[in-house]
Amino acid sequence: MKFDTPAGRNPIDQLKVVGRPTDRIDGKFKTTGTAPYAYERHDVAGPQAYGYVLGAAIAKGRVRAIDSAAAKAAAGVIAVVTTLDVPTLGLGTMNYANLFGGDRIQHYHQAVAVVVAETFEQARAAAFLIRVDYAPEAGRFDLAALADSAPPAKADSGEGSGGDGAERVGDFEGAFARAPVQLDATYTTSDETHAMMEPHATVASWDDDKLTLWTSNQMIAWAKGSIAKILRIPKRNVRVDSPYVGGGFGGKLFVRADAVLAALAAKAAGRPVKLALTRPLIPNNTTHRPATIQRVRIGATKDGVITAIAHESVSGNLPGGVPETAVDQTKLLYAGENRLTSLRLATLDLPEGNAMRAPGEAPGMLALEVAMDEMAEKLGLDPVEFRIRNDTQVDPNEPGRPFSHRDLVGCLRLGAERFGWARRTPTPGRVRDGQWLVGLGMAAGFRNNLVMKSAARVRLDPHGTVTVETDMTDIGTGSYTIIAQTAAEMMGVSLDRVVVRLGDSDHPASAGSGGQWGANNATAGVYAACMRLREAVAQRLGINSADAVFTDGEVRAGNRAVPLADAAKAGELVAEDAIEYGNLSKSQQQSTFAGHFVEVGVDADTGETRVRRMLAVCAAGRILNPKSARSQVIGGMTMGVGAALMEKLSVDKRRGFFVNHDLAGYEVPVHADIPHQEVIFLDEVDPASSPMKAKGVGELGLCGVGAAVANAVYNATGIRVRDYPLTLDKLLAQLPDAA
Amino acid sequence: MAGSSANAALAALPEIAKAGPAGTGGDAPVTARMAFTVNGERRELDLDLRTSLLDALREHLHLTGSKKGCDHGQCGACTMIVNGRRINGCLTLAVMHQGAEITTIEGLGTPDALHPLQAAFIRHDGYQCGYCTPGQICSGVAVLEEIRAGIPSHATGDLTRAPDVSEAEIRERMSGNICRCGAYSNIVEAMTAFAGDPSSRSQA
Repeated sequence: MKFDTPAGRNPIDQLKVVGRPTDRIDGKFKTTGTAPYAYERHDVAGPQAYGYVLGAAIAKGRVRAIDSAAAKAAAGVIAVVTTLDVPTLGLGTMNYANLFGGDRIQHYHQAVAVVVAETFEQARAAAFLIRVDYAPEAGRFDLAALADSAPPAKADSGEGSGGDGAERVGDFEGAFARAPVQLDATYTTSDETHAMMEPHATVASWDDDKLTLWTSNQMIAWAKGSIAKILRIPKRNVRVDSPYVGGGFGGKLFVRADAVLAALAAKAAGRPVKLALTRPLIPNNTTHRPATIQRVRIGATKDGVITAIAHESVSGNLPGGVPETAVDQTKLLYAGENRLTSLRLATLDLPEGNAMRAPGEAPGMLALEVAMDEMAEKLGLDPVEFRIRNDTQVDPNEPGRPFSHRDLVGCLRLGAERFGWARRTPTPGRVRDGQWLVGLGMAAGFRNNLVMKSAARVRLDPHGTVTVETDMTDIGTGSYTIIAQTAAEMMGVSLDRVVVRLGDSDHPASAGSGGQWGANNATAGVYAACMRLREAVAQRLGINSADAVFTDGEVRAGNRAVPLADAAKAGELVAEDAIEYGNLSKSQQQSTFAGHFVEVGVDADTGETRVRRMLAVCAAGRILNPKSARSQVIGGMTMGVGAALMEKLSVDKRRGFFVNHDLAGYEVPVHADIPHQEVIFLDEVDPASSPMKAKGVGELGLCGVGAAVANAVYNATGIRVRDYPLTLDKLLAQLPDAA
Repeated sequence: MAGSSANAALAALPEIAKAGPAGTGGDAPVTARMAFTVNGERRELDLDLRTSLLDALREHLHLTGSKKGCDHGQCGACTMIVNGRRINGCLTLAVMHQGAEITTIEGLGTPDALHPLQAAFIRHDGYQCGYCTPGQICSGVAVLEEIRAGIPSHATGDLTRAPDVSEAEIRERMSGNICRCGAYSNIVEAMTAFAGDPSSRSQA
């Protein structure tokens, strides 16, 4: 189905199932521990041997030799495969670091060997008998030291953020110099790790030359293509199955070493092998969100109209890698006639930087939205009002290009009202609650909506059961449920008549899960397939499909009413289609918007920050399942608190690795860090996005929230910290006397 | 299987020496007979002494509801209830639990007969990816028992009085169970609803 004109009225608009807060259909499996994740597939190929991965102990250099004799001779060991046993493998799509093979070490904890044994304990013990002789080389690990000499970069995050190194509109420098009110500030954000709860894990099995991987991956079609590229085997010989994914956040967008090593190990062992990356391997072995150094300049008239805005960011990556596209939102979020954005990229020998939830906007908004707060203060304007005054309904770089639907102002106004923003004391450091300095902060939220082809197959059986098959994944996002809701709405059946099968590369290829594009595209693909199935049903029943109404398990036309199941009496009906997009997303800018509001308390003596209240108001088109969409948003808000207050991979600049590479050293928010969170969705649709009229929310909840926390800390203390995370050591020296 | 195909595609794969029989050198594993009760059923296993309680359940009894998120006691995904107390199954060896009464998520309820806290998690959407969820629920059941038993926490204001089932107590006591999807706000709602509903408590 081609989607090239805005959606008119369609069966989804009935909203009998879609749009209603719905418990997840996979909930009874997840809450009882019966949903099978990759490492738990005792139900598939066997007997499975255990793999254990050894990571490199240097950041850069060569492997001279590997002595694995003791490991091979150890009890229970079936095979050892070292990186010197295989040539350098291919690279997966959108990846820069070699996952295995050859003697080059590009980053710390790059996989150098895998041991296969009868038990996990034997594989682990044998792995530590391997002796690796390294020839280390000097590396580049210090972004700050290399920032000034970093060259301009072109960028494409692979998640839709992207563009040339520098973009200019008008004369930024001239307009900024003439602006009566100016801000010029630099912000730094830290390297972050996804820290999804389920480690990367794979069971691999060869059947002759055909490879099956039961794995944990967000993008099944990409994974299938990449594994074929990496192993240099035909795509048709690869099957990937990933029905449950224990979190991804971008860390499982790509094939990782677990899948590659399980495949090689299974080949060497001559039987299925399962392995997981150990937790301490994950931050350095896989990808991470790169640190940034961002300079924001804003020039405005005295009454708060932005005349000049510049956002420049430098980040680092391995040779061949791309920059963190932290300036992207600044191209679209606020008006202003004279504009400059640029990206520069330093070459670093740290692990590969790549997408983590809301690449670009997540760190970019941490800078821009604090700069807006600083500018509002200089102007003597309320920060909500300053943002509203500079709203734009068109792409500021191309004023002939409108937003398809944009209600940032509505988010900000409603949020301010519900949060009690009017009661905020604008002068910082004035509100005290016992030991706590109390402050309120806000920020805009912004993230683009991305459209991409997505396919599905739908079956109707003689019992009236509708089965949806697509390679779409549910990484906690609620895909199972919104896909079931879509099929139920389209076919006129109740939710319990729908079965959803996801994550199998033998199913039609979907958009997959990433970049908050999954929900809208995957359900639109199911919509397309269901339209085909409706036609087939009507034809089978001898009803004109234009007259057919699918409702209450029946197909009605005129005064005829036939049970839907009757259409499959003579045999199962199967329909397959894809949603494919025309130019709507090019002629109009599709984005999602939010207002984030946060109250914090900062301990007057210790500088400890506690988040006390949080509210997000979101405008993201039709909300398909308000219950799971709300969870996506509060999850983003929680990750935003992490970025603002605690998350930082610390770089050892001599040895070149992330030191705090586990869940004790790398701190993420826990229960005690997060208060009750409020989310409000504006009641809206975006007919330009798809027949579903929906847009993404999974990253919107993260974009801006960290800045709202930082602005609240400033309002509480009067201390402006521009170096994330805002740990207490950065506040202590300037805290007012406890007295 | 491996190496047996003349298929051109497979030939493109790096050549790896075909494995012989499993190695017998080095230290052969020391095993022991272990017996404990899991979800009401007596189980006996001959296991390598190095086997964690978590792996004994996941790999040998195929009870994969308890999750392995870190294998270091840092994430809480493996939380299970042993002799009435919640522990991290990854941080303890199976051999240390002879005769123990172990309850895992599978012992609390099933998809067709949910424990009321499992039902409350579904109703309040107290999870997303589901990987930390069994640990959260096992921890949640035990936390409410700890509060009822009068065991104080860091969040307990007055040590001379019994702690309340307050949001502050729940958040403090649940902080060993990380949820990267960030469902905390909903988990607290689910636990509060479960704790406050006498009918669900009596079923618990």
